[in-house]
Amino acid sequence: MAEVIAGVGTSHTPAIGAAVDHGRTAEPYWQPVFAGYERAREWIADIRPDVAIIVYNDHASAFSLEVIPTFAIGVAPEFPPADEGYGPRDIPMVQGAPDLAWHIAESLILDEFDMTICNVMPVDHGLTVPLSVMFDQPEKWPCRVIPLHVNMIQYPPPTGARCYKLGQAIRRAVESFDEDLKVAVFGTGGMSHQLQGERAGLTNPEFDAHFLDHLGPDPKRLTALSHTDYIRRAGSEGMELVMWFIMRGALAEKVREVHRHYHIAASNTSVGLIIYENA
Amino acid sequence: MTRPPRDYDDIPGTYVFDAHRTRQGYALNMFCKSLDEAENRESFAADEAAYLGRFDLTAAQRTAVLDREWLRMLELGGNIYYTFKLAIFDRRSMQYIGGQMSGMTEEEFRQMMLDGGRPADG
Repeated sequence: MAEVIAGVGTSHTPAIGAAVDHGRTAEPYWQPVFAGYERAREWIADIRPDVAIIVYNDHASAFSLEVIPTFAIGVAPEFPPADEGYGPRDIPMVQGAPDLAWHIAESLILDEFDMTICNVMPVDHGLTVPLSVMFDQPEKWPCRVIPLHVNMIQYPPPTGARCYKLGQAIRRAVESFDEDLKVAVFGTGGMSHQLQGERAGLTNPEFDAHFLDHLGPDPKRLTALSHTDYIRRAGSEGMELVMWFIMRGALAEKVREVHRHYHIAASNTSVGLIIYENA
Repeated sequence: MTRPPRDYDDIPGTYVFDAHRTRQGYALNMFCKSLDEAENRESFAADEAAYLGRFDLTAAQRTAVLDREWLRMLELGGNIYYTFKLAIFDRRSMQYIGGQMSGMTEEEFRQMMLDGGRPADG
């Protein structure tokens, strides 16, 4: 039986990926960010998941305003890094897990989550930066990946409560897959940040600390936050944090926090990382 | 287009990309999306005004694009992830664009982020 063994919450700031790609992680600006990733990289090398379900938002790369899926799952054998205007990142091809992905897609739909199913899905920094955060620069990524996209551009994104329930449904789906696989779920995006408008550059370390403190032991307290709460307190792009609830929902009710890291700021974004194992 | 009031309307300096803005900015954002293709970037570089003629922009949106008025583009329905494609075309950073939208130089914006960012109560 497949099993969700761990969860990772992490920012996916594009500049973090660029720092890895251009060998700048030891520079004074970046050193404090990457110092906090060392423990996470040791941990994941130790637990060695077979598959990572990476929850992220596509940033007008695979999708545009023509069609706006709220939740989409990638079932392809592989997912090429998207060209976001600089040329695609020079990183390994992302290998999919079609058998498990199709099983999850079917299971979720029958469990009343009406997923969009993607056979073609170039993956942008939202998915590839978390891989760099956790695995640095391997010749090939050490696990297969199932991309799970959540709309964050068009208001409204799904609610935090809905995302949490989707995570629970993903757990049921994984546990009903008849192959021994260790699965990690990554919730990505955030933390507090706003890219747009006169309020660009917003950060809110108090909000972020509150979020990190409660996500493990008391997620229901956070899923009650409204979209407007996020926009007002965590910034318009800080709403990406609802994707972390999909990760949290996929874990057991009780979790153990393995590692936490927080830094202001990388580029325009408050950077957070948190790791859980089932307690 | 009528637009019912929303409980986020009082949040300063923030352009929530809701149905109203998507309808207002559809052509503007799809122009930006077209810059994903190298061939389109070449056409736009060769004659910006002529290339914009392929899209159904309002006169104000055309002016905002040609003059690179980054905040104005948001006011006219632009979404930052789309307008940033134009910024990438210009080889501009997100910190430059952040500064342009909030009345700062790129260096001032970068320094603000190093100092901990903009307080959320603003």
